[in-house]
Amino acid sequence: MSFFKKLKESLSTQTEQVTEKFKGGLSKTRDSFVGAMNELMMEYRTVDEEFFEELEDILIAADVGVNTVMELVDELREEALRRNIKDSVNIQPLITEKLSELLVRSEQETKINMQDGELTVILVVGVNGVGKTTSIGKLANKFKQEGKKVMLAAGDTFRAGAIEQLEVWGERTDVDVIKQQAGSDPAAVMFDAVQKAKSRGADVLLCDTAGRLQNKVNLMKELEKVKRVLTREIPDAPHEVLLVLDATTGQNALSQAKIFKEVTEVTGIVLTKLDGTAKGGIVLAIRNELDIPVKYVGLGESVDDLQEFVAEQYVNGLFADIIEDAEAREESS
Amino acid sequence: MAFEGLAERLQGSMKKIKGKGKVSEQDVKEMMREVRLALLEADVNFKVVKQFVKDVRERAVEQEVMESLTPGQQVIKVVNEELTQLLGGEQSKLNTAQKPPTVVMMVGLQGAGKTTTTGKLALHLRKKHNRKPLMAAADIYRPAAIKQLETLGKQLNMPVFSMGDQVSPVEIAQKAVEQAKEEHHDYVLIDTAGRLHVDENLMGELSDIKEATKPDEILLVVDSMTGQDAVNVAESFDEQLGITGVIMTKLDADTRGGAAISVKAVTGKPIKFAGMGEKSDALEPFHPERMASRILGMGDVLSLIEKAQTNVDEDKARELERKMRTNELTFDDFLDQLAQVKDMGPIDELLQMMPGANKMKGMKNLQVDDKQIAHIEAIVKSMTKEERDNPSVLNASRKRRIAQGSGRNIQEVNRLIKQFEEMKKMMKQMTGMQKGKKKGGFKMPFM
Repeated sequence: MSFFKKLKESLSTQTEQVTEKFKGGLSKTRDSFVGAMNELMMEYRTVDEEFFEELEDILIAADVGVNTVMELVDELREEALRRNIKDSVNIQPLITEKLSELLVRSEQETKINMQDGELTVILVVGVNGVGKTTSIGKLANKFKQEGKKVMLAAGDTFRAGAIEQLEVWGERTDVDVIKQQAGSDPAAVMFDAVQKAKSRGADVLLCDTAGRLQNKVNLMKELEKVKRVLTREIPDAPHEVLLVLDATTGQNALSQAKIFKEVTEVTGIVLTKLDGTAKGGIVLAIRNELDIPVKYVGLGESVDDLQEFVAEQYVNGLFADIIEDAEAREESS
Repeated sequence: MAFEGLAERLQGSMKKIKGKGKVSEQDVKEMMREVRLALLEADVNFKVVKQFVKDVRERAVEQEVMESLTPGQQVIKVVNEELTQLLGGEQSKLNTAQKPPTVVMMVGLQGAGKTTTTGKLALHLRKKHNRKPLMAAADIYRPAAIKQLETLGKQLNMPVFSMGDQVSPVEIAQKAVEQAKEEHHDYVLIDTAGRLHVDENLMGELSDIKEATKPDEILLVVDSMTGQDAVNVAESFDEQLGITGVIMTKLDADTRGGAAISVKAVTGKPIKFAGMGEKSDALEPFHPERMASRILGMGDVLSLIEKAQTNVDEDKARELERKMRTNELTFDDFLDQLAQVKDMGPIDELLQMMPGANKMKGMKNLQVDDKQIAHIEAIVKSMTKEERDNPSVLNASRKRRIAQGSGRNIQEVNRLIKQFEEMKKMMKQMTGMQKGKKKGGFKMPFM
């Protein structure tokens, strides 16, 4: 069975609604990427060095990341040579396949590590302005709809208005927010929150933290302490450490992931603001260069636009048109 | 840092041409490939990179580089010059209205740092230019955004105009300008909601605010960690609003900040300020030549020198130099040095500005904590005058006392003494080297 057929089959097990969300949220990336690819095919009829250089540019433009792109294009060069592909039209399916493989091949755990019948503590970390608090609001809504009792911990005691922002989300989703005054020790807030969550029998505690740049040693130490306090109260907590990354971020996203992982043992990534950019390629770089699974993707601004990451859906969202073309060709041949 | 600078990238191709009498066009081509990759890794937009590399190659082939004895350095020089020019050549100031108040609109994507920057800019205007700004809270969408600006206003003791989140941003902006006129504020800073450049409704709203308030400045706030998309963002904000300038934020991150080049290249609008930290006064005028060095991974030597100049006492420096030469360095001098370095700001920030600091042995993963400095200080301060002047008297009993006095353990005391002796040795070597003017001497770390 061909690669694309397999992909289609695994998609058919999922709801139409999810498929549409992914296709909608990734439409920007898809349009610009497919457009650029078509132009490339028009401009270069034959596969030569210039063709590959242009291809490098297209992939880099989608923020796939310089290293990943260089590896990928080198593989394509070899493959083209081996299979003796000379016409650019014939290499297009190969490109799609390689990119898709990158997304689908690694069997990373994308489900949240939920504790059955016990409190699940989720720590949310990231640099400033990536959408930590908003993601927490959306996650709270999601878990609540699944019938769980959710609580929020207002651990961003630094930024002006951060606690109030989380409180608004608490009201909207009707969940309790545990907070202290602005400027208080975030570790103390966490301690307090875990105690309250335990005594009130909550299922999920979502812990907000202040945004911090990964190269600020002191702030990273503070984060370490916050995590330590959680572990002290519940030995295997936090059960998830989610790093929120902004999809518009460039190569620095990799540095963020690396350092946050060193400090807090990040277990998953929430990739936000994917709908706004034509740059969904960063997922490829993350997959290729880091050993951290993407668990959620933000595909829009409304509350239910934070979706669990499904690699097949993502591939389909990126290459829907190309995949359909390839399928049609397969069937007719 | 995760990325290689241009200089490091060029080293490979430079090795190959070393010893060659003349550089071939193929060599230049290879170097240009490294330039291209370095810029792409720094998040400069690929289209901008393409044009840029073309320009540099032309200059390079035009004899300058090929006939130079040190083609590698020459390439770096050409690239640096071209980048500086691309970034705007010189510093650019804020526009002012002929009749106050000057209206400044802050616009940008979500999470770029508009609200924080609004506060910083207001403080900058008051502190550096003795102005009386009014901040207007026109972000009615994000939860608690108004509250954030109000809290900032309270912290900075700066007036904030707000009408809650049930009034249209256009009306808020308009009323804010009216109030500024009445109360004789000379600047109104309008904080608008973050929005996607592709969101037509919200972009329309910004046009309406522009129409209603006739701003003298429309500043696009851009996260310096933005990737390839920075071009599209800047282009659409500029097309739809006609921005007058840019503020780059979060430049204290370990990003190269190539987005600055992209934004400047596609809009042609000057970058006016840079956000350099979490504190409210961490907003600095933008320096194109420094940014160029940073993007190339050459360190921000100029900023470092500037910091040193404003903080280092010259007499003390001269005295220190004499002591170094005569090898009379004591723990007291050491303490002085520490104090001066500390005045310059957090150590890890200083290290980042140093070219090649990340390449030095053991420096790569060095994380300097200002607390460690405090510990060192405590140890030295627990020594007697005699011990500081003449460390050789330090025996086990004295060390134990020092450890107790400073609240550190004895190993730390030992380590410090050892480091101090090594430093003295090193300085002796260095001064000896300078005197003898040995061949080679110091090498710039990036050559």
